[in-house]
Amino acid sequence: MLSEQEREEVERELEHVPTRQAGCIGALRVVQKRRGYVSDEALKDLATALDMTPAELDGVATFYNLIFRRPVGEHVILVCDSISCFLTGGEAVMEHLQRKLGIRPGQTTEDDLFTLLPTVCLGHCEQSPVMMLDGEIIGNLTEEKINEALAEAVRRSRGE
Amino acid sequence: MSPRVEPVLTKNIVAGGGPTWLEAYEGNGGYQALRKALREIGPAGLIKLMADSGLRGRGGAGFPTGFKWSAVPPVGETARPRYFACNLDEMEPGAFKDRYLVEHDPHQLIEGMLIASYACQADVGYIFVRGEYQRVIEILRRALGEAEERGYIGRNVLGTGWDFDLHVHVSAGRYMCGEETGLLSSLEGKPANPRSKPPYPQTSGAWGKPTVVQNTETLCCVPHIVERGAEWFRSIGKAKDAGMKIYGATGKVARPGCWELPMGTTMRELIEEHAGGMREGHEFRAALPGGASTRFLDKNEYDVPLEYESLKEIGALFGTGTAIVLDDKTCPVALCRNLAMFYARESCGWCTPCREGLPWLEALLRDIEEGRGQPGDVELLLDQCKFIGPNTYCALALGAVQPLVSGIEKFREDFEGHVRSKRCAYKDI
Repeated sequence: MLSEQEREEVERELEHVPTRQAGCIGALRVVQKRRGYVSDEALKDLATALDMTPAELDGVATFYNLIFRRPVGEHVILVCDSISCFLTGGEAVMEHLQRKLGIRPGQTTEDDLFTLLPTVCLGHCEQSPVMMLDGEIIGNLTEEKINEALAEAVRRSRGE
Repeated sequence: MSPRVEPVLTKNIVAGGGPTWLEAYEGNGGYQALRKALREIGPAGLIKLMADSGLRGRGGAGFPTGFKWSAVPPVGETARPRYFACNLDEMEPGAFKDRYLVEHDPHQLIEGMLIASYACQADVGYIFVRGEYQRVIEILRRALGEAEERGYIGRNVLGTGWDFDLHVHVSAGRYMCGEETGLLSSLEGKPANPRSKPPYPQTSGAWGKPTVVQNTETLCCVPHIVERGAEWFRSIGKAKDAGMKIYGATGKVARPGCWELPMGTTMRELIEEHAGGMREGHEFRAALPGGASTRFLDKNEYDVPLEYESLKEIGALFGTGTAIVLDDKTCPVALCRNLAMFYARESCGWCTPCREGLPWLEALLRDIEEGRGQPGDVELLLDQCKFIGPNTYCALALGAVQPLVSGIEKFREDFEGHVRSKRCAYKDI
């Protein structure tokens, strides 16, 4: 079931669009913001609220790469693997993250803290290589800078 | 050094500074162009002004703006509401200019969007922003609030009787959203699949209503043209095309970044003056002048003006104006493989040649790069490009084959060398 607050936020997403379906990407984001990802159950509830079939909504949810249909870790890392980052050491960034976290792209660490995902150009190429951690861009990456960002995320999880 | 040109698009941008909010924007002459456009020029005059100015779309295709607006049918002949969508779904690899403009000067875009929407007599506008641009989204929301409070957005704008609502639409990834008709599908809450044209969006766009989709940087030019005239705008270009442009350079250049320069600036000036040359120990070999979907230019084309017309004359493309530089230590095959991976992943799957063909190109390139290439593979790549490129609804696949075909043209010996020696010689560098 969608919570009262989720329902309200979904309705707010629908205020500026002429059809309920038009607000579905925003609505998916509302659910994901609270739950980390969009479960099958949440998808069905949301489809009902948007006058869409679950299949229609799933077609949208699985099309867009920033909507997660499987559980993700507390922190999601998107690593740019497009051209400007590729030219400036993006592959080494991904390798370092894999070593450091002990997972492959697409996986989540056993403690559910980090999910590692490759992504297309993040539009901050003047700072390449670039990654995005919990929605925040971190550029001009070095191994030290990556380590610091990960440590910082762990501290946030611990409430420090 | 080239003489410094007067900043126009970047006049409110202070290096390292935050966004210019309403008060400062108005203090520097902001929203005077909107008043002039609504009270003195009017919709027909604005369309003519854009046509006279020679303004062309800065998103990559270079479509003439005045012509785009003039294709919207007159009010009274169409259903309402009529829409105007700003394309801020900047996902072309190597491009970051639109983000740079809006992050620092959100009201410049809003003012341009208002004038353009008035010219097309739109009722509702959406600024379609890619989901990764979180900071831009926050800045735009606050700026929209300021503009609404001041009466620039909403009912009876500036007492002219024109009602206009403007909203931010936050997207959720996928390159296809930046394609004109893919953007419309996405706005409607569907996968960003392209639509066949005609009907063109100006007659049947979002929800079947008249819609104009326009790139962010293009809209940012609009207030300045209104303020200073078509003649002035034309005079800025150094060669054949009009106006100023945000150029960029990334890769192994000394100072990656973007700069406002006159249209028609050369690769030589862009790389050697603005980007500070190459990084220590690296040589310039070639560059894609405007994002991934363009053709390589090498030192032989170093002095060709980077603009739509001059590049078209030599069979190249201008694209976004944000150059991606290939240095002498990077394997061109690996670079083409990286680009092919991008396109294969971002294909929306709607058209078979793109959905099936691009992953195949990527696999072939990976084989060649990793020493599993077979004699004839390079010809096979070129053959496939011929079939894939033109046989799709939108330009994604056509964009995908540009760097590959021109890459093979310029660096054929590198491709053949991989196949012959069954390895990548660049791995030794």
